[in-house]
Amino acid sequence: MAPLVPSQEELQRRRIIGVNAETVTNIPSTDFPGHWPGESHGWALDQFKNDFKVEYHRNDPYEASFSLIGLDAAVANAFRRILMAEIPTLAIETVYVHNNTSVIQDEVLAQRLGLIPLKGSVEGINWMQWEQKAPGDEGSAAPELTDFNTVVMQLDIECTQNPDVADDETDPRKLYNNAHVYSKHLTFTPVGRQEQFFVGDGAIRAVQPDILIAKMRPGQKIEMELHCVKGIGADHAKFSPVATASYRLLPDIQILRPIIGEDAKKFAKCFPKGVIGLEPVTSEEASRAGSGYEGHAGEQKAVVKDAFNDTVSRECLRHEEFQGKVKLGRVRDHFIFNVESSGQFESDTLFLESVKVLKLKCARWKRGLNDLMA
Amino acid sequence: MSREAYQVPSSVSGNQNAFSNDTGYGAMAIDSPSVVYLCGECSARVPVKKGDPIRCKDCGHRVLYKERTKRMVQFEAR
Repeated sequence: MAPLVPSQEELQRRRIIGVNAETVTNIPSTDFPGHWPGESHGWALDQFKNDFKVEYHRNDPYEASFSLIGLDAAVANAFRRILMAEIPTLAIETVYVHNNTSVIQDEVLAQRLGLIPLKGSVEGINWMQWEQKAPGDEGSAAPELTDFNTVVMQLDIECTQNPDVADDETDPRKLYNNAHVYSKHLTFTPVGRQEQFFVGDGAIRAVQPDILIAKMRPGQKIEMELHCVKGIGADHAKFSPVATASYRLLPDIQILRPIIGEDAKKFAKCFPKGVIGLEPVTSEEASRAGSGYEGHAGEQKAVVKDAFNDTVSRECLRHEEFQGKVKLGRVRDHFIFNVESSGQFESDTLFLESVKVLKLKCARWKRGLNDLMA
Repeated sequence: MSREAYQVPSSVSGNQNAFSNDTGYGAMAIDSPSVVYLCGECSARVPVKKGDPIRCKDCGHRVLYKERTKRMVQFEAR
């Protein structure tokens, strides 16, 4: 017996998660075998290729926004989690303090330095290797330091009096030299093959030059050597390549019965600007019996212009006059991703990188299954 | 060491903790090594020898601090 094929309206109905004033309905996805009697819903690559869509809304170096349409929440969430925790990046890991007479303690300073996002030649950073520390492996011998796993940076800075300054000057940044230590004061010394990769614009440096690291007064001095290594966000948040990586579902607004005149204006105000538009009721609509527009020709009616920008605040559900006239929801398989890079990689390559990591995980899983069968 | 061999420290060594400039210490103070401290008031470097008064030579402040170690210290940035 051939499997039943649900109608388009039924499929569309299943795609919408209902958002009511107090509750959310139709939450779990049901497009898997065995849920709907007689329907197949087996996963097929051809069908996925056909249905899956990617739309870019914005693609700046450090911020990207795009939609993945036709995906299960599990996969979309896997991408989000991999983006945050499993893409290796470079960060300061060990700090060797030779001298620090500033008021900020060595260990606090070291922790601050670790969180500074670094950038450099992407080719060089990809060339560098990383090793995941085994859990509970802290005590064992440190891996050998080489040019492909450690980047050495220096922070050598001393605060001095500025001799040529007005007598009534009170700003410490003018009174003294180097009163504020910024991330731009970190200097990089290439070792071995790093000289080929990290040259000129590709030199390792802080993404933001003006991150305040410490404040000093004349006579104080900081002298330290910083070793940067690659790691993943699961180990420490400083290795996370993204500032935020999140998704939301596309909002869906359905106006079930006409909202006309003053009500329409009020309705539009319940949503962010541009989500609801006002259009005049055409004479054709007004002449149609049972449409709800009878005798309202020329008046303004509310129409959904752009549900994408809605925040789903549910404000319209609080008002008596809109009861039963509107249905809010979200589209189950339309994920609007927002990826904000911390600066080491470009945000769109970060997403591709997350796809690569998921692929590797799948390959490893498959290999494990093969070993199990052998 | 047997109990009989133990010598009770003499009164001279018992006086070591006193802050004094007794001439009796003069000869000892000259060849004892001086340790540099930092003044708590003016941050001046103050070399202090055994028996010297605990006092800054520049401002007379009586609180001195030890200098930071010259050894390298390692920290994890996490």
